[in-house]
Amino acid sequence: MSVPAVVTEPRAETAPHRQERRSPPAIPLAIVLALVVCAVFAPLLAPRSPVEGSLGERLIPPLGMDGAKAGHPLGTDRLGRDTLSRLVYGARISLSVSIVGIALTGTIGGFIGLLAGFLGGWVDTLLMRIVDISLSLPGILIAVLLSVVFEPSFTNVIIVVVFLLWPSYARLVRGETLGLKQQDFVALARIAGCSNLTIMLRHIVPNLVPSILVLATLHVGYVIVLEAALSFLGVGIPPPTPSWGVMVADGRGLIEQAWWVSILPGIAILVTVLSLNILGDWVRDRLDPKLRQL
Amino acid sequence: MQRYLVGRVVQSIVSMVVVSIVVFALVRLSGDPIQIMAPAEASQADIAAMRAYLGLDRPWPVQYGRFVTRALQGDFGQSVRFRRPALDLVLERYGATLELGGLAVVIVIVVALPVGVYAAVRRGRKLDYAARAFAALGQAVPPFWLGLLLVLVFGVILHWLPTSGRGTPLHIILPGITLGWFAVAGLMRLTRSAMLDVLGTEYVKLARIKGLPERHVIWKHAFKNAALPVVTFAGLVFVALLNGSIIIETVFSWPGVGLLVIEAVDSRDYPIVQTVVLFLSGMYIGVNLLVDVLYAYLNPKIRYSA
Repeated sequence: MSVPAVVTEPRAETAPHRQERRSPPAIPLAIVLALVVCAVFAPLLAPRSPVEGSLGERLIPPLGMDGAKAGHPLGTDRLGRDTLSRLVYGARISLSVSIVGIALTGTIGGFIGLLAGFLGGWVDTLLMRIVDISLSLPGILIAVLLSVVFEPSFTNVIIVVVFLLWPSYARLVRGETLGLKQQDFVALARIAGCSNLTIMLRHIVPNLVPSILVLATLHVGYVIVLEAALSFLGVGIPPPTPSWGVMVADGRGLIEQAWWVSILPGIAILVTVLSLNILGDWVRDRLDPKLRQL
Repeated sequence: MQRYLVGRVVQSIVSMVVVSIVVFALVRLSGDPIQIMAPAEASQADIAAMRAYLGLDRPWPVQYGRFVTRALQGDFGQSVRFRRPALDLVLERYGATLELGGLAVVIVIVVALPVGVYAAVRRGRKLDYAARAFAALGQAVPPFWLGLLLVLVFGVILHWLPTSGRGTPLHIILPGITLGWFAVAGLMRLTRSAMLDVLGTEYVKLARIKGLPERHVIWKHAFKNAALPVVTFAGLVFVALLNGSIIIETVFSWPGVGLLVIEAVDSRDYPIVQTVVLFLSGMYIGVNLLVDVLYAYLNPKIRYSA
């Protein structure tokens, strides 16, 4: 979670190689769709309650192991809660954190970048200095601090996401705006008597959407791992909410007797993030090959 | 160069001031700071002493001034739980964190650079595919979960390695590998792409035409020029290790600063949390500054233009 959200892809990739990937990679796409379905229809799909268990059914192993029960295909945790149901509900947390977090970040970061790029001058200098400073502050420590001062919560996770990611959007949008500003259609709009505000909102913003979308897609996997890590440390989503990170933390002390409690949610995170990253790369190649350097 | 240096140093100082203001203000914004700063087991006397120490009846700027002056003198307050100065507790744990981080850095450099370089040289061959698969996987695996997986395999199933605490040299192996893993993936990918760019240039072709030994071409001509983006990434690697150490120390109960701060969160020992946040942020900002200076020194474009 702490490695830069987006790492450089080799630029020297050959053109024919890229051509081959016209259609979206099927397996990752199917996984992500399945995940969205889980998140949206969790109450219908989950066989049991994600937060209530029966103590008589503690630590039942998944199917295929001795002592497994048909009612709990992926076993239960130390409070007798059904792992499968918690995983299904966990998809909700992961997706809502990434959607809310990235939408907010994109808007805030994008708006700041737009102002910096469009207005230029001292506004630009000031805002870009703030970006530099923001990049030099350690996000996870901010999360730790927030969780002590306010209780751990969904809001804290969102604050940390926004805090960590807004500089990337600000920088991206500023760069794009600098380029767009020079274009003829902006000059023409000005001649036609458009105000700065109209030019920004009507003429520049629509042209920024593709790059913002690409960056946002590339960030989804990162945000999911970030949320899980914060929740694992006890400074993110508070238990008993079934966040995948909380589930891994729950199983930490049980690794010797009941490995499935922490290993299964980890696999869920891994598969999800891997699929999202592959899809993100594909979206980037489709929508905006020049962003390959991001 | 000088202007760049001065600007960069000023920026680091401002960053540190921002951290101190955040640490100072958050706890006061949230109502009665004593509620947050005093752990459950604090006695009435502790609370009275804390109130007097913080000077909460004074105006905010005075309180902040006092906070900064004390911090600069190494006084970060007393841990109520341990009844000792918070800074002492942090410094005691610091050695363990450095030891773990040091090992991770060695792993990162020894694995990521050579593999990244040879993946580029043998582009499209088996090693390249293996390296790229590893990099993709490396960035999707949550580090805390990888730690638990290693505990399960090497500790619980195979009984080869100890899985928690610090003591024998064997204790550091699993946390070291887990901490290094994540940074390896990113650095390897970056080294590969930087090398690919350089290997396509004319001067590398010329070096080959001259008949220089391949090893010489790769390391002296190509790698030296590919190293620049890699150095920038070094700062990010450090950041990864710093953030990672909090997580990995928690997974393996490694008694470093990261475990200290998470324990302090659980017991609501605010003076320790505050000290660790200030201390690690200082390190983080300091290393970022160092990396930027090094980068400017290596890259004449920045040295002369700024």
